[in-house]
Amino acid sequence: MNVMDTRATSAMLYLDGVHVSFDGFHAINNLSLTLAPGEMRAIIGPNGAGKTTMMDIITGKTKPDEGTVLFDGTVDLTRLDETRIAELGIGRKFQKPTVFESQTVQDNLLLALNVDHSVRGTLFWRGSKAESERIDKVLETIRLTDARNRLAGSLSHGQKQWLEIGMLLAQDPKVLLVDEPVAGMTDVETHLTAELLKEINKNHTIMVVEHDMTFVRELGVKVTCLHEGSVLAEGSIDQVSSNERVVEVYLGR
Amino acid sequence: MWSMVQNAWYGLSLGSVLLLAAIGLAITFGVMGVINMAHGEMVMLGAYTTFVVQEVIRTNYPALFDYSLLIAVPLAFLVAGFIGVLIERTIIRFLYGRPLETLLATWGLSLVLQQAVRTAFGPTNREVGNPSWMSGAFELGQITITYNRLWILCFTLAVFAILLAMLRYTALGLEMRAVTQNRRMAASMGIATSRVDALTFGLGSGIAGIAGVALSQIDNVSPNLGQSYIIDSFMVVVFGGVGNLWGTLVGAFTLGIANKFLEPVAGAVLGKIAILVLIILFIQKRPRGLFALKGRAVEA
Amino acid sequence: MTPHILTRSLDRAATAFVLLVAAVGVLIPLSNLLLPQGSMFQVPTYLVALWGKYVCYAILALSIDLIWGYCGILSLGHGAFFALGGYAMGMYLMRQIGSRGVYGNPILPDFMVFLNWDKLPWYWYGFDKFAFAALMVLLVPGLLAFCFGWLAFRSRVTGVYLSIITQAMTYALLLAFFRNDFGFGGNNGLTDFKDILGFNVQAEGTRAALFLLSCLALIVAFLICRAIVTSKLGKVLIAVRDAESRTRFLGYRVESYKLFVFTLSACMAGVAGALYVPQVGIINPSEFAPGNSIEAVIWVAVGGRGTLVGAALGAVVVNYAKTFFTSGPLAPYWLFMLGALFILVTLLLPKGIVGTFNSWWETSKAKNGSPDAESAAREDGVGAPNPAE
Repeated sequence: MNVMDTRATSAMLYLDGVHVSFDGFHAINNLSLTLAPGEMRAIIGPNGAGKTTMMDIITGKTKPDEGTVLFDGTVDLTRLDETRIAELGIGRKFQKPTVFESQTVQDNLLLALNVDHSVRGTLFWRGSKAESERIDKVLETIRLTDARNRLAGSLSHGQKQWLEIGMLLAQDPKVLLVDEPVAGMTDVETHLTAELLKEINKNHTIMVVEHDMTFVRELGVKVTCLHEGSVLAEGSIDQVSSNERVVEVYLGR
Repeated sequence: MWSMVQNAWYGLSLGSVLLLAAIGLAITFGVMGVINMAHGEMVMLGAYTTFVVQEVIRTNYPALFDYSLLIAVPLAFLVAGFIGVLIERTIIRFLYGRPLETLLATWGLSLVLQQAVRTAFGPTNREVGNPSWMSGAFELGQITITYNRLWILCFTLAVFAILLAMLRYTALGLEMRAVTQNRRMAASMGIATSRVDALTFGLGSGIAGIAGVALSQIDNVSPNLGQSYIIDSFMVVVFGGVGNLWGTLVGAFTLGIANKFLEPVAGAVLGKIAILVLIILFIQKRPRGLFALKGRAVEA
Repeated sequence: MTPHILTRSLDRAATAFVLLVAAVGVLIPLSNLLLPQGSMFQVPTYLVALWGKYVCYAILALSIDLIWGYCGILSLGHGAFFALGGYAMGMYLMRQIGSRGVYGNPILPDFMVFLNWDKLPWYWYGFDKFAFAALMVLLVPGLLAFCFGWLAFRSRVTGVYLSIITQAMTYALLLAFFRNDFGFGGNNGLTDFKDILGFNVQAEGTRAALFLLSCLALIVAFLICRAIVTSKLGKVLIAVRDAESRTRFLGYRVESYKLFVFTLSACMAGVAGALYVPQVGIINPSEFAPGNSIEAVIWVAVGGRGTLVGAALGAVVVNYAKTFFTSGPLAPYWLFMLGALFILVTLLLPKGIVGTFNSWWETSKAKNGSPDAESAAREDGVGAPNPAE
């Protein structure tokens, strides 16, 4: 086994030489990235750098034109659809908080639980004590216990962000892809979210896309900066933010 | 051999009719994303405008009869376009982003327009005459080409070319493309987006009105005229790919020719059913049509 | 169906609705049969048939609401499933005529004799048996919906695209059934029925029984829909309606859910059509007209989509209005009114009658400080359909 192979098989997520173009626009250009099991990684980069498209590729929404995308070392994600990938254990929080607005907070979590997702299973579903305990626990973690019977659409922006993180927790995936979790949050909420993600990271692998540099700094994890669809720099926050090119294309002087 | 050419000619002719009926829809549905089920009724209004113009000419200036269509074209554009703007301002603008509701409301509108025309002009077919330069036919080898079909083909291509040029080179065309691509950005650059919406919808409706002038030459002018074109028009636009005028062109001619080549084999009705089934299957294979847009823009 | 599903689906409003339909289903036939003619409370037979028609429409409306109101699938071709169920029943009724037809052929229906056919086409076999015909009433619409849905949902044809191709589907069927050589009576359709299961279809007793059966079918259809929308499956459907792609990322196979409700809904529409045909006495291709399907959608919109009672109510209200106006001096204006109804409901009353009433009721309860207002909203399990959908 050569070096590449070990790197691929030991990784939780392994992207190599990925290309995607839309009508001649190269959204992702020879992107290679590896996420180790249990790691938390922050992804930064200017708008249009391909951050969301990368998540689309990992979750099966977009098929890459070429390249390798492996999950858990062996599973080829480019062959699977969104449902299958979600079942495998990759959860996603969207850039724009997407919760089921006309249903209650509690039902949102119920829907996210990783139990039987078949038509038959849901038709003849009866709640169990274990399920409601799990929901209670998640509600507590995301501080929405008092809002459990409110319609998700009536929550504040920050609360929706948290509900969506809570849905990820209920889903209990192996890898969490979190797109801009603190957009529109107050400083206190941002701080709490960072704490929450660190807590979740204790037993999950996480990839966070975020523009808020204070937040990224607070996470204190390895940072990857994307630019024009490929990796521009990778390293600690201090290394990356002192990188000439990163300063030029993203942070500004 | 000549029967192939004959079929091809019929196909081109049918394709031009389909294109003419669908081209306005390509603007309102394809560019704006508005499902206008009353589109067919805009075509019908154009046909009735032609009828009224011819009536006035017949009774007052019979010598001008050969020019009746030339007079009817701009009038039909104005009538249908004006009603289009009115519809956009009073109904459709409240329903942006709710395509299914737009579909229902405009269907209701089509019922109202049909009934209004039925009340005003009666439920039966109205006589619209061919000017002398559109009557008759000539022989080309072993096939017969009628002048009215030929003129409609030319007319359709001209309308298509003018529309393309308009979108590309005029200020309104630029503003239209800007608004459909990024509404908020366009608004912040000082484009009056609601005015552009109304004008775009008016343009699409106006073109449907022009189509009515041409179709009045080959079809019965009755309150149900539009109904027979609405499903076909949607099929053409969806088949060709939404938001792509060239797709509409290719779609219309492909469907027209396919239809005419199937007809001798399967018969007129079965041929049409076969085409419908094929389109349904095709849409399921390529939900975004022949010339589809890709990428994140599609979701927005 | 296990009892917990039944108890969960029968809240106060649902129970009231079931009781109301049951009462109507028993009282109208009773008053028609038992009271002397001319009595103030006697329901004349033509009204029994008319209301029977409304009840069938209510079932059709339920089937549309199940997929549109709860799962966001706007089918503009549900009239096709209704008509197919109707044709299956019509074929049985045609075979029952036997040698009493104009041409007196014991096997072939009149129109086939007229077309000089010498034997029954294979697809007419078995329709002399009621059980077979009843099976086909469910199977034919169900199978068509399954195949259509399997293709459409797997390739993720959604929104208006789906609406347009369902419309094309019913339009293609319309053209096909108009053809004489298709073998379903062409333009004239199937009519001149004599009897059903040995009873004369014109007889008052049969009409009363058919009315009662329609009401029963409405109740069963309503209970099935309730059981679905109050289960976790119902929550998934609403999730699909409001945010399809999000549901997929949670690991739900959206296409299976859509296929399940779409097929079930088509079967329900088929049953409605089958009950409709013996009561109106005819089935012809015009039932496939795209306009019919769209009109059925507006019943649901008027009553309130996403509320089952609303859908059924909307069907009855709109059709009652239609009968009232088209039979009076206002007949020429009916299409104006119907058209205006489409426009006004979508613009001003997007939740429909029942939906608007529900939200008014909840806000007024919340204002009065009733603590269970929110939980009531939750138990409805429905919420307003997302207008962005």
